[in-house]
Amino acid sequence: MTSLAGKSAISLSRIAIYAVLIFAVLLYLVPLVVMLLTSFKTPEDISTGNLLSWPAVVTGIGWVKAWATVDGYFWNSIKITVPAVLVSTAIGALNGYVLSMWRFRGSQLFFGLLLFGCFLPFQTVLLPASFTLGKMGLASTTTGLVFVHIVYGLAFTTLFFRNYYVSIPDALVKAARLDGAGFFTIFRMIILPMSTPIIMVCLIWQFTQIWNDFLFGVVFSSGDSQPITVALNNLVNTSTGVKEYNVDMAAAMIAGLPTLLVYVVAGKYFVRGLTAGAVKG
Amino acid sequence: MATLELRNVNKTYGAGLPDTLKNIELSIKDGEFLILVGPSGCGKSTLMNCIAGLENITGGAIMIDDQDVSGMSPKDRDIAMVFQSYALYPTMSVRENIEFGLKIRKMAQSAIDEEVARVAKLLQIEHLLNRKPGQLSGGQQQRVAMGRALARRPKIYLFDEPLSNLDAKLRVEMRTEMKLMHQRLKTTTVYVTHDQIEAMTLGDKVAVMKDGIIQQFGTPKQIYNDPANLFVASFIGSPPMNFIGLRLKRQDGRLMAVLDSGQARCELPLGVQDAGLEERDVIVGIRPEQIMLAPHEANGLPTLRAEVKVTEPTGPDTLVFVQLNDVKVCCRLAPDVAPQVGESLNLQFDPAKVLLFDAQTGERLGVGAALSAQDSRGDNVAQFKGR
Repeated sequence: MTSLAGKSAISLSRIAIYAVLIFAVLLYLVPLVVMLLTSFKTPEDISTGNLLSWPAVVTGIGWVKAWATVDGYFWNSIKITVPAVLVSTAIGALNGYVLSMWRFRGSQLFFGLLLFGCFLPFQTVLLPASFTLGKMGLASTTTGLVFVHIVYGLAFTTLFFRNYYVSIPDALVKAARLDGAGFFTIFRMIILPMSTPIIMVCLIWQFTQIWNDFLFGVVFSSGDSQPITVALNNLVNTSTGVKEYNVDMAAAMIAGLPTLLVYVVAGKYFVRGLTAGAVKG
Repeated sequence: MATLELRNVNKTYGAGLPDTLKNIELSIKDGEFLILVGPSGCGKSTLMNCIAGLENITGGAIMIDDQDVSGMSPKDRDIAMVFQSYALYPTMSVRENIEFGLKIRKMAQSAIDEEVARVAKLLQIEHLLNRKPGQLSGGQQQRVAMGRALARRPKIYLFDEPLSNLDAKLRVEMRTEMKLMHQRLKTTTVYVTHDQIEAMTLGDKVAVMKDGIIQQFGTPKQIYNDPANLFVASFIGSPPMNFIGLRLKRQDGRLMAVLDSGQARCELPLGVQDAGLEERDVIVGIRPEQIMLAPHEANGLPTLRAEVKVTEPTGPDTLVFVQLNDVKVCCRLAPDVAPQVGESLNLQFDPAKVLLFDAQTGERLGVGAALSAQDSRGDNVAQFKGR
């Protein structure tokens, strides 16, 4: 770039744009900063100082207490989320494969109806789901909660995979059939190896949804098998004793960390995968 | 190595919908190269998918080596196919692509290695074996796709417009290479194309299709010299045949086609003698390469003086356009004798080569008579073209 172009790049409008952007960034970061600062303060410090002040004494006591409270529920959430994410993604992949490459009479209608699942609010499925779980003998069990998450997630995972697979040319499946490969061989050897981006999208999406879920957790689990979101709510909403905001904040951070981690590790696939297949089909 | 026979094959996508394939009848011998050619939407790709078993037929039978395969799944038909998009497995290396079909068929690894080596050598892709399809050029991908088909040594090869994604130069190269390959391997082949030059150059037999019906099935020479109807005549040949709609006139018992260039008229005595033809609208078909410049000394062929409207030099030939009976007519002349625009020239036609079609149905008229006349005049015409 020449010096002339360099000079014109730092124009007034540029400065204005950056100013607005930096302001927006700060605005978004304030809650996180407040949470972080508060979690390292002592309760006395919190009640005397203001929200944005630096801790008088930096202490990890809030984090230790928070972990002691939510420890078991954290692992509950892992036990719920991991199988639910894996199973719903696997079934979604198979569904998408069938709906895009092995179309049957009425498959378009089937897919259309399935899409309704994406728009159904959680609340509408609470009663039918608890009825079904009761009949299956899975009421208030972790298995039951996992089952509900899988069923509810299928609409999304199927949509993701189906839209990704419609952009893969039919000729690939035809060629594999002529090569002698069957339904599952084609899926395993040809289609799945091409699916990394959409698998990542599906994993991130489902992980975030299920980890952050509160409603299903509070309805379909009880006592010691509750997920961390419910435990966090119970901790924060307690009406007895003195409010320990440092513990609340630390517990909230702990509850949010896994999804943050998943985004950092696999986030680059997210934007790429979400737009895949968006042009065609 | 196999024979292929289609017996009255029909295909429809549902009751009430128009037939995609109608009463397809054809058969080719062991080692023959069959071309299915026609405009897009004519059913040629559907027919190929039916032969492969990727789509089911709704009537008739497909016989490979006199065995009905219509009910068999694709993998049991022992057929290999090369797709227009090549359909290489993108996550596998070239070697794995070629091996895939062999591995599925549980071939021993040593035999697979041998086969891959043979095919790679044949197609000169040895140096590409460890690359992924995405790292190859279009021409290389095309070779790999062919390699995958060759590796299985199937009874029949199916090619679905395999050259249409290549640039013009590479397409001509690969065309010659495919012909060489077929001459060497002598495997029965079905080849779908919409390119009439590929159809003429590659095929032992050509089936020209339109609207799910085979318009004509024959050798390239038959299709070119003796088209069954107006569609075949117009589809095969580049530049296309000239068509002039007119009424014939009967003179001294012979049927004549009268051509008028504005400055002169000429009467073409036709070989056809059918009674009643002079009362119908007919279309006269003359190929551009069958219109010649008249030599200085008279040779008895009808001659017509006409003004040049447009010239298009293509290099080896110059296309000269004149106006006959209000129709633009293309003549293919040697560049050194081609006149300038605005000049007039003396054109000659060989009446024996002129084809006649029914204006209503498009069917060819008086086939028998024209044929016999054509055979006796063949040498004569070749001489004139040489000038």
